[in-house]
Amino acid sequence: MTNPYVPLLFLLAIGGGFAVFSVFAASIAGPKRYNRAKLDAYECGIEPTPQAAGGGLRVPIKYYLTAMLFIIFDIESVFLYPFAVAFNQLGLFALVEMVLFIITVFVAYAYVWRRGGLEWD
Amino acid sequence: MSSLAFAAEAVTGIPHLAAAVPGADNPHADFSDTPWWLSLVKALLVFVFLLVNTLVVIWFERRVIGRMQQRPGPNRTGPFGLLQTLADGIKLALKEDLTPKNADKVVFALAPMIAGAMAFVSFAIIPMGPMVSMFGHRTPLQLTDTPVAVLLVLAVAGVGVYGIVLAGWSSGSTYPLLGGLRSTAQVISYEIAMGLALVAIFLYSGSMSTSQIVYSQRDLWYILPAFFSFLVYVVTMVGETNRLPFDLAEGEGELTGGFHTEYSSLKFAMFFLGEYVNMFTVSALATTMFLGGWQAPPGIAAINDGMFNHGWWGLLWFVIKLWLFMFFFVWLRGSLPRVRYDQFMRFGWKFLIPVTLAWVVAVAFIRGAQLGYFGNSSVGLAGREFPVATLIIVGLIAALALAVTWVWEGKQAEKQAAAEAQLPEEIDPFAGGYPVPPLPGQRLREPSLAIEKESNRA
Repeated sequence: MTNPYVPLLFLLAIGGGFAVFSVFAASIAGPKRYNRAKLDAYECGIEPTPQAAGGGLRVPIKYYLTAMLFIIFDIESVFLYPFAVAFNQLGLFALVEMVLFIITVFVAYAYVWRRGGLEWD
Repeated sequence: MSSLAFAAEAVTGIPHLAAAVPGADNPHADFSDTPWWLSLVKALLVFVFLLVNTLVVIWFERRVIGRMQQRPGPNRTGPFGLLQTLADGIKLALKEDLTPKNADKVVFALAPMIAGAMAFVSFAIIPMGPMVSMFGHRTPLQLTDTPVAVLLVLAVAGVGVYGIVLAGWSSGSTYPLLGGLRSTAQVISYEIAMGLALVAIFLYSGSMSTSQIVYSQRDLWYILPAFFSFLVYVVTMVGETNRLPFDLAEGEGELTGGFHTEYSSLKFAMFFLGEYVNMFTVSALATTMFLGGWQAPPGIAAINDGMFNHGWWGLLWFVIKLWLFMFFFVWLRGSLPRVRYDQFMRFGWKFLIPVTLAWVVAVAFIRGAQLGYFGNSSVGLAGREFPVATLIIVGLIAALALAVTWVWEGKQAEKQAAAEAQLPEEIDPFAGGYPVPPLPGQRLREPSLAIEKESNRA
């Protein structure tokens, strides 16, 4: 086997096939008894709260902020990976560079913290 | 080797790690004698392994939790209740498959497929044993390996999040939406700390290939030199898999069921299966990264010239270590209450991330000293040679860590003193318009005075 990613596709195909089969089997195997209330949104038995106009499922802004911060810090950790793997070939220069890089990201982190970007209320 | 010398070696220099070998970041496992059909067979075996383990672990969890709560747990279906999970699965398959009228029909069906399918993929790169003979071919007990195998696990986990967020969004209902968002924010927040914790391992092993990482632990498991990484990883793996005490996405008291509230039948079963397979994946990664993968424990490994490190024995050690982590998951669920969401996010963002970053820098310096970036002089002590630069760096790091904890302790004490000083001696039970109980050491103000005050204000 020359390409190491082909077996990965095998496993994806088996797992995906199983998942797709299960989801379709569920719609065939189970009973079907129509009931209007059953198809309403489940809110513990009360009448479902009407949604805002325009299909508005509105979301607290905090989650967008978390997603943005995730991108920043995840990219940081991805930059650290090649550095870590090649560390024993790069020498002292890489160590100094990486400390400088981490300090730079830490400045952004301190800024976000001070501006309250990490607060949950 | 005495335990003291073992620990000293862990900190001051590991002989085989010091040598820089070019090309050492490539996979160590040899797949050259593995034809494509054998890969397909192995993929099928991995799938069956995961499915059977999931069936057993759900039974195991319910039995162990039962014991922890002084009740027997499921014991009617099959011997010791072993067939309980299978019976539950069949029951789920025969239930009605509902799609709510507000739901986005296509995405609603797609989400459980993503969650179920992506859960299996990561397990492909987990080394479950050394070279064995299978159908006349020499092949490693591992589906595949690449030079970026660990990165692949993180990437697949990232795609798996889509299952959760799409399930929450497409249900067209309030609780699933909130649960899906919470779960997503939780998983991505803890993925950062997890990724950073693994950097220390890459520094020691010089590779991201899982078979190479296992191979480089043949003398010393990374749990010792990277113990802090192990602690961070264990916390984040619980956060990643949405398990108690971090199962905020489905806090029954507040969100009824979280992102899968509207799901029924086998669609729900897919999320359930995905959660348990993910638990196996993160546990297997922990085994590979910190506990030497499929290698026998130190005492047993020395017996009879390492016979227990060959062939199918590896699978036994791997499964034992894997199930240690599974028991740990169950134990956590049996003993800890759920944390609050803001505490959880604060812990992840304000503690785990900066502290893990500092740890990565510390490990980089220790590794630099071991590789001789700061000079190679050494000092003899008690018959052993200790490199000077490593000793100085380790000492500096320990001193810094002590200083930080000392400052932090002082701040905490100050905070506590301030909080205690501010506690008033007597409180108005109706101050906010609703009754408030007194804290320890407080007296209630006479209610008639409070009422008088209210009427004066009016």
